[in-house]
Amino acid sequence: MNRPDDTAYRADALIDEDIGEYLDRHRDKDMLRFITCGSVDDGKSTLIGRLLYDSRRVFADQLEALEADSKASGTRGAELDFALLVDGLAAEREQGITIDVAYRFFATEARKFIVADCPGHEQYTRNMVTGASTADAAVILIDARKGVLTQTRRHSFLCHRLGIRNMVLAVNKMDLVDFSQERFDAIEAEYRAFAEELGIERITAIPLAAVTGDNIATKSEAMDWWDGPTLIAHLETIPVRDQSSADAPFRLPVQWVNRPHQDFRGFAGQVAGGTVKPGDAVRILPSGTTTTVRAIPSFDGDRDSAEAGDSITLTLDDEVDCSRGDVIASADDPPQVADQFEATLVWMDAESLKPGRGYWLKLGTQTVTATIAEPKYEINVNTMAKLAATSLDLNAIGVVEVTTERRIVFEPYDTNPTLGGFVLIDKVSNQTVAAGMLHFALRRAQNVHWQATSVGREDHASLKNQTPRLLWFTGLSGSGKSTIANEVEKKLALMNRHTFLLDGDNVRHGLNKDLGFTETDRIENIRRIGEVAKLMTDAGLIVLTAFISPFRAERQMVRDMLPDGEFIEIFVDTPLEVAEQRDVKGLYKKAREGSLKNFTGIDSPYEEPQAPEIRVNTVDMTAEEAADYIVSRILPLK
Amino acid sequence: MTSRTHLDRLEAESIHILREVVAEAAKPVMLYSVGKDSAVMLHLARKAFHPAPPPFPLLHVDTTWKFRAMYELREKAAKDAGMELLVWQNPEAKERGINPFDHGPLHTDMWKTQGLKQALDHYGFDAAFGGARRDEEKSRAKERVVSFRSASHAWDPKAQRPELWNLYNLRKAKGESLRAFPLSNWTELDIWQYIMAENIEIVPLYLSQPRPTVERDGMLLMVDDERFPLRDGEEPQMRSIRFRTLGCYPLTGAVESEADTLEGVVREMLLTTTSERQGRAIDKDDSGAGMERKKVEGYF
Ligand SMILES: Nc1nc2c(ncn2[C@@H]2O[C@H](COP(=O)(O)OP(=O)(O)OP(=O)(O)O)[C@@H](O)[C@H]2O)c(=O)[nH]1
Ligand SMILES: [Mg+2]
Repeated sequence: MNRPDDTAYRADALIDEDIGEYLDRHRDKDMLRFITCGSVDDGKSTLIGRLLYDSRRVFADQLEALEADSKASGTRGAELDFALLVDGLAAEREQGITIDVAYRFFATEARKFIVADCPGHEQYTRNMVTGASTADAAVILIDARKGVLTQTRRHSFLCHRLGIRNMVLAVNKMDLVDFSQERFDAIEAEYRAFAEELGIERITAIPLAAVTGDNIATKSEAMDWWDGPTLIAHLETIPVRDQSSADAPFRLPVQWVNRPHQDFRGFAGQVAGGTVKPGDAVRILPSGTTTTVRAIPSFDGDRDSAEAGDSITLTLDDEVDCSRGDVIASADDPPQVADQFEATLVWMDAESLKPGRGYWLKLGTQTVTATIAEPKYEINVNTMAKLAATSLDLNAIGVVEVTTERRIVFEPYDTNPTLGGFVLIDKVSNQTVAAGMLHFALRRAQNVHWQATSVGREDHASLKNQTPRLLWFTGLSGSGKSTIANEVEKKLALMNRHTFLLDGDNVRHGLNKDLGFTETDRIENIRRIGEVAKLMTDAGLIVLTAFISPFRAERQMVRDMLPDGEFIEIFVDTPLEVAEQRDVKGLYKKAREGSLKNFTGIDSPYEEPQAPEIRVNTVDMTAEEAADYIVSRILPLK
Repeated sequence: MTSRTHLDRLEAESIHILREVVAEAAKPVMLYSVGKDSAVMLHLARKAFHPAPPPFPLLHVDTTWKFRAMYELREKAAKDAGMELLVWQNPEAKERGINPFDHGPLHTDMWKTQGLKQALDHYGFDAAFGGARRDEEKSRAKERVVSFRSASHAWDPKAQRPELWNLYNLRKAKGESLRAFPLSNWTELDIWQYIMAENIEIVPLYLSQPRPTVERDGMLLMVDDERFPLRDGEEPQMRSIRFRTLGCYPLTGAVESEADTLEGVVREMLLTTTSERQGRAIDKDDSGAGMERKKVEGYF
């Protein structure tokens, strides 16, 4: 194996003779983060393996292991399979593919690099997006035999949308096309045509062969027609994504309030834009309060200033209200505050987007409940056409409207990725289900204020001499929810408790008569019931609801609307066979015959509560007994 | 405008991670192994929360077989940082007298892997900081900064949560936990340069000194205390040695070296042809997939 000896990578002589001088030089190096991406088997991992090998990041013991591995599970017969240096998971080595991003490190004389090797498979797009989100540049690989493929387009689009402005088109496996300049030119032309449509501006194309190292660190002899840079030489010149342009306005998302004792209150966070120094006028958002920076204390003494990217602690002149999630910003150029946005969403979960469902949205240090409307459109990554869509499935990219439950501080992603990039988290599974990039606010919320009422919810409740509760009955159709809820309400009335029962009949015919039984409508149905029930508990009532409410996420959504402890989930745990046998309303029969669609338990799922406050059934007890049991569990209610 | 060096960027990133976890976890803890990476991680924590002491305890999952010098620095480091130090020794391993000489891989499994799980469950910690770096090993290179663990502490490498920008998803159900790695993006060289730049105290064993050693199974072992059973014909010899990583002394191979300054150590490190983990018996017990398997089982 030929390995370049006189590379840009390491000055062994200097290390040997004057380590101090070497370290001084190394210390001042900057750092470029880049990814390799593109279609399956284009040679991304091989390229990184080769880079590591050439830069002597592969040690003798690892090389020995690589030789053994290459024989055992390599794709190259007796030769070294450099991809095995990078594909570190057992499953990857078995299948010869990359599943998750690998982060690897190397340095040249000029620069330090962190490279994220991304998987090419569409199935693992979320892992590719993970790698791309922190990159300054992207190396997009192409197999010279195959040219531009769907995944090449998908990854280019995602990189561009994530704000990567420097693309390197690495036309790989040139050895398999006789190092043909014609072939290279044709691929470059094809890619540029597509990239232009996307608005990608900076592209450098380089022909190479990852397995042999041609044009990676040393100029290829087989391609003497190429007079451009090697890959490494080019990577050394790419500018680092500049977060700290001096004229950007100051932003500090507050991560944590530091309060070791009475006399110190510091606001800790990583500067997300601009610069700051003591004496600067700042505004705290979303409240809008203004004050002045007093000092920037640190472990090494007070600092004179700080800039984007620095993790700092600030103290302020006034005792202002400021906590995690707030943003401290330059007073005369603050970011916006809003609760409705347009955004690009990359869906990353096997369970598709449920319009109307409440997800956690995390943006900077803010976490709020957010709902997504039906997508405006989905993007076909091959043609860039806008397709109609009612949801987004795994790996789909779409443009949507996002509504947050309260106002958040934001900036468009293209202006400030820290205040414009967000993730969505499923409230039940806790999975990260989507990545999003905010475009703009659809409606500014500045002028919407809560009407402060002078008779509060405590007053309402104490006038009624009771503690408000929401008794949420859930279970299959025919499980006995309404019957038991009715019994419970009667018993409570006898005890002079003020109650109200919300049931299918008094809700479906009025408030929700515009809703059907599709998944989206069911979610909206529960949301409205939750909101109404919440108002009723504000009024001091004990509210009972009897709805199938099949989805965990919606029950969780209602739970989150109420103060802790007020939501009591009661699972009427009657087995499907029993409910179906009873079939009081003849609905199961219709559903089985197929004349009734989306029926819970038959062709629509019921997600059982995992930890209901109360569990009853109507097999081992009568409705009356169940009601007694429930009442005994919720008393005293005062 | 001053531009920041790679060490500045790494420091800021690590501090951000430390603060995020503290802000969102219910009961965080820092795993402190007394090695150079732990030393850097602890130093970063002191910076992150200054002037308050880091708002979590240090946890040392002890095997009773660490180098004596490590035990000494452990107490001092915790005291200097103003932090509580918790030490956990797996009671079952203790009772059964599990040791590296007689029990091989079982030693690591019982004291470290099981010990760690016991300690986390015992105290109810829901997030644990670890000083692992991605450049250490192939499967580490694949792990997220914030890594999700099931209620049985298992890592599922094929179903990691996406992790975008610097947004960490710290949500989990009761019983589940998180491991957070603030040093994910640091290399061995970064660690040394930072130790030099910040004057961080490390265990003297990293620097060369004449020490009593025996050569066994191709490794140079240090005879750190009288529990070391000498085999027939073995006679401890004084050699100038130092360590690239520190673990249980009977399992950690030394290198012969004249480097008695940090600069000297870095110089040798850059000129060496073997990797850092090479001196550790633990990673070699089966080919390549050793570390991944241990992590799946709950090893840090
Ligand atoms: N002839 C030739 N083969 C190559 C070259 N680069 C990579 N290969 C081979 O192409 C195959 C796929 O390489 P990988 O590096 O695993 O591809 P990848 O792009 O990382 O694949 P995924 O990560 O699974 O998407 C392997 O058999 C490589 O040895 C090259 O320059 N020339
Ligand atoms: Mg790969």
